[in-house]
Amino acid sequence: MPTIPRQRPFVVEALTALALLAAPFILPHLGFSPSTINRILIYALVGIGFDLLFGYTGLLSFGQAAFFGTGGMFAGYLLTQTSFTNTIVALILGTLVAGVVGYLVGLLALRRTGIYFAMITVAIAEVFFFVEFNPLSAFTGGENGLPGVPSPNLMLGFKTFTFDSNLSMYFFFAFWYFAGLVIALRIVRSPVGLLLRAIRDNPLRAQALGHDIHGYKLTVFVVAAMYAGFAGGLLGLMQGFMPPDAFMFATSGEIVMQTAIGGAGTLFGPLLGAATWLLLSDFFQTTLHLGATWKLVLGIVFVLLVIFLRRGLAGAIMDLVHLARGKRQGRASPATATPAMPVQPVSVPAASAALPPRHTPLQDKPGPILHTTGLSKHYGGVHANADIDFTVNHGERRGIIGPNGAGKSTFFKMLTCEVLPSSGRIVFEGQDITQLGVADACQLGLTKSYQINQLFERLTVRHNLAIAALGEIRGKFKLDLFRDLRKVPGLDAQVEHTAALVHLAGRLDTPVSELAYGEKRRLEIGLALATSPSLLLLDEPLAGMSPQERVETVALLKSIAVGRTLIVIDHDMDSLFELVERVTVLQEGRVLVEGTADEIKTDPKVQEAYLGGVQGAFA
Amino acid sequence: MINWSNFIAQCFNGLVLGALLALISSGLTIIYGTLGVLNLAHGAMFMLGGYAGWVAYTYTGSFLVAVAAGALFVMLVGLVTERLIIRHFYARPPEDQLLVTFGLGIVFVETVRFFFGSLSKTVPPPSLLTGITNLGFMVYPTYRLGLLGIVSVALLALYFVLYRTRIGMIVRAGIEDSVMVDSLGINVYRVFMLVFGIGSMAAGFAGIVNAPVVSIAPDVGDAILVQTFVVVVIGGVGSFTGAILGGLIAGEIVSITSMFNPAYSYVMLFIAMTLVLVLRPYGLLGSAGRE
Repeated sequence: MPTIPRQRPFVVEALTALALLAAPFILPHLGFSPSTINRILIYALVGIGFDLLFGYTGLLSFGQAAFFGTGGMFAGYLLTQTSFTNTIVALILGTLVAGVVGYLVGLLALRRTGIYFAMITVAIAEVFFFVEFNPLSAFTGGENGLPGVPSPNLMLGFKTFTFDSNLSMYFFFAFWYFAGLVIALRIVRSPVGLLLRAIRDNPLRAQALGHDIHGYKLTVFVVAAMYAGFAGGLLGLMQGFMPPDAFMFATSGEIVMQTAIGGAGTLFGPLLGAATWLLLSDFFQTTLHLGATWKLVLGIVFVLLVIFLRRGLAGAIMDLVHLARGKRQGRASPATATPAMPVQPVSVPAASAALPPRHTPLQDKPGPILHTTGLSKHYGGVHANADIDFTVNHGERRGIIGPNGAGKSTFFKMLTCEVLPSSGRIVFEGQDITQLGVADACQLGLTKSYQINQLFERLTVRHNLAIAALGEIRGKFKLDLFRDLRKVPGLDAQVEHTAALVHLAGRLDTPVSELAYGEKRRLEIGLALATSPSLLLLDEPLAGMSPQERVETVALLKSIAVGRTLIVIDHDMDSLFELVERVTVLQEGRVLVEGTADEIKTDPKVQEAYLGGVQGAFA
Repeated sequence: MINWSNFIAQCFNGLVLGALLALISSGLTIIYGTLGVLNLAHGAMFMLGGYAGWVAYTYTGSFLVAVAAGALFVMLVGLVTERLIIRHFYARPPEDQLLVTFGLGIVFVETVRFFFGSLSKTVPPPSLLTGITNLGFMVYPTYRLGLLGIVSVALLALYFVLYRTRIGMIVRAGIEDSVMVDSLGINVYRVFMLVFGIGSMAAGFAGIVNAPVVSIAPDVGDAILVQTFVVVVIGGVGSFTGAILGGLIAGEIVSITSMFNPAYSYVMLFIAMTLVLVLRPYGLLGSAGRE
């Protein structure tokens, strides 16, 4: 992930522009031929789109050749088989066609994730290859491709510029590479860009925080397809011929390998990777005369790089830069961290006032915020929950206890719409949410902090909280691809207030992977809080904490509870009874009793369940 | 109008291809199920089996030796690959596993190209299985009939190993939960190595027994790999029976479509895969939560 200096927003763009201007005068001395340089730019451009898909979103597609070929063939067909002569318009039309095809393929491939996604993209790309070769050969030239693609031109109406010399063609390609890079940088720095990384790190949590992750995945898939389609068109213009091997599996593989060699998740990795790959292949073939063996050598190089250089060349370069910087100034960040929270229950009126739950004010709304009737869930013959009638009023603090296996977590999962009930109804704020998805439930103001931390490990505390806050600020799905994340109104305020509330204000720019366990636990609660829920479910918030931390966290939860409704599961009875007003006891998937803490403590049925029951003891 | 004897012959071809795909796919799927690694070099294993068998055949002239050599050599390659490379990738993200096995596939293919060139090689069928056989309702190449038998026996053997032996039980337990198997005191890494070897051997065996039907070339595994993916998507990842069902379906689709127009066989495979993905996203015999 590029660490973009906050105070110098255009430095990356400016440096890249300078490098692109200087390249044609420097690179030939390093052994790059003009056509190699142009080819590097084309592959780097496909790579940028692929990097958004793979490096940023974590979707490894082995099928980019399908879009590379489609965009190229469409533009090539327009320029060779019709009277169409405007190359730039042809490129754009090819890009749009690739985008539409990408949308359709994405609808199918994104039904699954992980290796399934990889396998489906391979299979679909092969179909494109065969369709191009046979049924559509009248349009694509089959195995001959489309010869006679003109040199790039720029038609201004009154005058037409043609880019047919080496240098002018280079600048034509460099311009489009630069445009593609600038667009990608905007996307990466936008709210959507942050959500893509959220999907890569923890798709389920990103969804639970109210985001339509499928929509964003489809978006980035289409964007990647369009990058590939545009670059495919450029390939035809460069070679004067649109080759059918643009569609081959090997082409998809090269795009993947170049990005991996260069370093995924950097946007510049594909450029580095393409340069390395094409320079080496030139070197092996023309200088060392290795003939066909060059692929073997490159394959071995690639395997070694994957084994030893996990983050590619760009990652290695960044590590070296960090190393050099670290030696100069030392690492400053951990010193400012707050080692522990203040022991005394702190009142944070300023923070909680600035972060109201979204449906205020509670005092005016008596009656239930949440109501379930006959809620049941069974897995095969196992009844995790049976016939639960449960009501929580506005502003209430409710506890749920029960022995292990009583169905508490399953109950929570149904309330947040992570799991569809087998039967029964859930009504939240007067609305039936039984059939909704988890993202919709969060959008309505109902969310959960997890028993096991579900954080975005590779991102900072600030970004984690921003992902949560964006769900409330932007809604479920919004295509603000070009808006600066830092200019989203209200985002910084909400992130900083939530951080203050969970005592992480001093750790905002620390990556989650460097946090201590207690801090991660507080961030977990912070993620739920940053969505400004009116009903907050906490699944064992005290799990794994020391007695000291428990006291602090109970104080924290009390301060959070001001003005919102809380339902808490925990095994620590003393802390729980101190925190909540009423307690519901679950046993074997059913409601055993419900009452105030004192009523529960003395209830013979509860004592039976815990002491004489199947579980035998406090779990 | 459909020529019925041709149609039946194509159905038989589909059965042979399907059994072959089932064998290769079950190799891929038990490796994925147990180790959690999708081996993109699996197609190259198929190719290596063909070449190892061809070398053995060139020296000995015996088809049996060729089959044994193809299967054992690829098993050895699988064991060594797991021990030296794959093992270091269990703790790394799945993308890295895909990248490294993809790279290994290229290295295998290009190594073979380096030693044997790009021209295709053929292994003739054993003398016992040459010629054609009259089945009463049609005449059919004897070797293809034999191939159907050989592959079925191999699948049965694999089934026996998986479902009737101690090691098979450990492998199946590992597919369900390898951490649990490890904590029961079984050396899971040794099992992983063995599974990678056996899974690769299934592909290698298929590669040599198929050599008399389709001549071998360095890139013969690429198309097989893609078809294997379709089989696994249709059947369901990690499911042995799913691989067999998916293999037979894919084999019949390819063969019957080829009767009308071979160019569309991939398109039809793709349509079948699409239908499965839309109607049963986890595959015909797969279950959720295994990806």
